[in-house]
Amino acid sequence: MPATKEISQPIESLTQGQEPPVGAPPGTMVLAEPPKQPYWTEERIEIVVGRLLQIGVLLAAAVVLAGAVPYLARGGEPESHYRIFTGEREDLRSVPAVLHDLWALRVRAVIQLGLLLLILTPIARVGFSAIAFGLQKDYMYVVVTLIVFGILMYSLMGHYAS
Amino acid sequence: MHLSPLAFTFAVLLTSITAGFLGSLTGLGGGIVITPILTLLFGVKIEYAIGATLVSVIATSSGAAAAYVREGFSNIRVGMFLEIATTAGAVAGAMLAEWLPVSAIFIIFGLVLLQSAYISGRPLPDRLDDSPGDRWATRLKMNSSFPTVDGPLSYRVHHVGLGFGVMFIAGILSGLLGIGSGALKVIGMDQAMRLPFKVSTTTSNFMIGVTAAASAGIYLHRGYIHPGLAMPVMLGVLGGATFGTRFLIGAKVPLLRVVFGIVVGILAVEMIYHGFAGRI
Repeated sequence: MPATKEISQPIESLTQGQEPPVGAPPGTMVLAEPPKQPYWTEERIEIVVGRLLQIGVLLAAAVVLAGAVPYLARGGEPESHYRIFTGEREDLRSVPAVLHDLWALRVRAVIQLGLLLLILTPIARVGFSAIAFGLQKDYMYVVVTLIVFGILMYSLMGHYAS
Repeated sequence: MHLSPLAFTFAVLLTSITAGFLGSLTGLGGGIVITPILTLLFGVKIEYAIGATLVSVIATSSGAAAAYVREGFSNIRVGMFLEIATTAGAVAGAMLAEWLPVSAIFIIFGLVLLQSAYISGRPLPDRLDDSPGDRWATRLKMNSSFPTVDGPLSYRVHHVGLGFGVMFIAGILSGLLGIGSGALKVIGMDQAMRLPFKVSTTTSNFMIGVTAAASAGIYLHRGYIHPGLAMPVMLGVLGGATFGTRFLIGAKVPLLRVVFGIVVGILAVEMIYHGFAGRI
């Protein structure tokens, strides 16, 4: 019984998105595509960009999770690090201690990479929007989008005094 | 509260799941309660709490934007134009955070929380306006339509300059406090620019992630996005919010809004008190 279910499902999903030209009687007028409708309509672009955003978030979350597992397996780290800022620790004195800290930093770097991916996701989104407005020949909004992109890059690249 | 590192991580994770869940159910956003809880309850330095919250705001906004865009409500041109104001404001806010004393940040945070609690009690009325609209709105091709059951309904955009100003302030608060400032963004679009409520909320969501990214870059450079703290906050809020959107149908949202509003109100008073008392 479960075998029939498994077979029927993929077939349904295959036929779902297709045009049904088979049942049409001969001589039926087939509506042509509306003229001058560009392939990259605003709606289509936004759906693609929205998907990319979701993929970006999922990828970032997966990378953070990949770093989180060994991080927690190690027992985390003293939270006092961000409660009271005391600067870097000074326990790098023995070989095992150095190796231990190297591993700890690697794990933290994996989490940080995931967080960086997450910050990059909306920035990439703005970049895609600039391309999308370009494809629509809406150059005013290409400029608007590039201004936003410029502000984001300024923030990320950090050419400001801290 | 003193916890072992592992217990601390799980406590923060649990708090973030709850905040993300309630935030998405009530539409108020979970980010706004995370920083007060982390600072008041867990004793985390506010800069690190803000950095972690910013990251979670990006995650929930970007994850949800795709669904909203597909529904055809959000106005991409309005959103993109206003993002000039919100991102510039966010950069300014993140820099301001470096100059302001911590006690001032606590007090401003408390005031913003109070305003959110107030809004959660009385949703704003729709202020649709059929008058011709702003000439800047026409020039910037902002007038659009959105789908309803009776077919697409067109609307005109008003007071572009005022909306732009409100968005700059929303950006400053976002960069200063690490929140999405969705409530203020909705006020700017709904009340000032007279966009339909549904268009305002979805466009606001579209903008929140980009705004948060603008200040997150600066917090990252300052070392305030700490993996040990940002990890449980981001995963928790994202998980809770995802679960919240699935759960949305059939939930007692009005009651939840009241409960959430009371929690936000209490946190507001605590933040203001701590700001004045200086016990941080």
